Amino acid sequence: MTQRAKGPVVIVGAGIAGQQVALGLREKGFDGAVALVGEEPGAPYERPPLTKAYLRGDIGPGELEPRPAELYGRERIDLVRARAERIDRAGRAVVLDDGRRLPYDRLVLATGARNRPLRAPGSDLEGVFSLRTRREADALREALEEAGSIVVAGAGFIGLEFAASASAYGHKATIVESRARPLGRAVSAHTAAHFTSLHERHGAGFVFGEEVRALHGDRAGRVREAELTDGTRLPADLVLAAVGAAPDTRLAEGAGLPVDDGVAVDARLGTRDPRVLAVGDCAAVAPASGGGPRVRLESVQNALDQAEYAAERLARPDAGEDLPPYERLPWFWSDQYGSSLQIAGLAAGHDRAVLVGDGDEAFSVLLYRNGALAAVESVNRPAEHMAARHLLAAGRGPSPEQAAAPGFSLRAFARAAA
Amino acid sequence: MPKITYVAADAGERTVDVPVGTSVMRGAVSNGVPGIVAQCGGNAQCATCHVYVDPERYGGLPPMSEHEDAMLDTTACPRRETSRLSCQLKADADFEGLTVTTPERQR
Repeated sequence: MTQRAKGPVVIVGAGIAGQQVALGLREKGFDGAVALVGEEPGAPYERPPLTKAYLRGDIGPGELEPRPAELYGRERIDLVRARAERIDRAGRAVVLDDGRRLPYDRLVLATGARNRPLRAPGSDLEGVFSLRTRREADALREALEEAGSIVVAGAGFIGLEFAASASAYGHKATIVESRARPLGRAVSAHTAAHFTSLHERHGAGFVFGEEVRALHGDRAGRVREAELTDGTRLPADLVLAAVGAAPDTRLAEGAGLPVDDGVAVDARLGTRDPRVLAVGDCAAVAPASGGGPRVRLESVQNALDQAEYAAERLARPDAGEDLPPYERLPWFWSDQYGSSLQIAGLAAGHDRAVLVGDGDEAFSVLLYRNGALAAVESVNRPAEHMAARHLLAAGRGPSPEQAAAPGFSLRAFARAAA
Repeated sequence: MPKITYVAADAGERTVDVPVGTSVMRGAVSNGVPGIVAQCGGNAQCATCHVYVDPERYGGLPPMSEHEDAMLDTTACPRRETSRLSCQLKADADFEGLTVTTPERQR
């Protein structure tokens, strides 16, 4: 007779992926012990508002917490506030920094990503910030009240969203980016140009093709200037280091599990150890359909969908060996100055872009790889984004020629394809 | 605090106090009321917090943005005359006694 895993299940990382694994196990009827280990204080929360509504002060701390802390108690989920030191795979236990051991039958790594440090002398000066945690956002909120001149190192989503939120405080940030445009490989040139001009119209400035080489402070140890690679010195009493993130693979590596820009997992989110899974920002997932490189994404959708899949697997008999591989359409969103960007699919590596829509303020860009629709970016076109999600998930996108035809409508095409 | 009643598709219902300024979506999720997914966390990006509002109260709600209107065309269960995204409904005193019905599924 086959049995579902009886637990205990230990989940390391209490971000949105870890939360959803824990609660998802209960939703799916798992009734063994569940422990959720997080090193940050307070109730589990969600990060997307940290660069947006929370940073602007539009919402308070309570609204960062998708679920009340009591819910975990009601669902018999043990919230463990500690740092996981290492995994004892032979002993099937997670060893915590306070010396405790949490035995597991199944372990889920949801350790997320860590911001890359700004590798520049002076980055330890007061007034130099990073933004990933609630505590860092709180510090930035305070600093934004006082700041005079702001420099943002990195024009990724965090850097841009931060600059947009800073404008709500009346600041005009300078964004320094080593590439020639914002948002790197994540978006098309057209969409990048839209966000560049959007920021410029709100008073933010860009310096492309340069990096922050050093930070200079005053005698009190407070940052005063950012020095760029071309020697320019920008006044700065608030610097945000937003130069990307790296997966947190420390525990997996320490336990001898394979790592490949993330904890390497198969298409069922399992590591080489059948008792250990990985989900969310930290997981590098083998493609469901045979070959190709592993994919690691940093997004809410990815965290939640993988968490739900892992919960389903663990709640099933035989730990879900019969479950079809994980395969969900990635999607993303960003909000800057009230302009909404939604992306369905993965833009990286596209070789052709077809613009649909007439305005600079509202449009979609269809991105193709080898003639097949790979991603659709929609700016202030939510219905087109949803149409794109349906088409991409079904693999029934329009050809580039169809999309480029006069009067083409993504919504009409999706309705006809349904 | 306005009392809001959530009626599930299978007819179970829950009434909770939702603080002024808190969204109808958040009121459900933070009280463990099932039927609302809210995958995007309240940004009108995912259309998984779809509700049907009591028809008698629908007209008295704050108007919807074009963005919400467009997202409502894409819900997992059919849009009706009284459809709203609950993340876009911030409770105020006028919400007292509001009833919303959650659709059978959100995704």
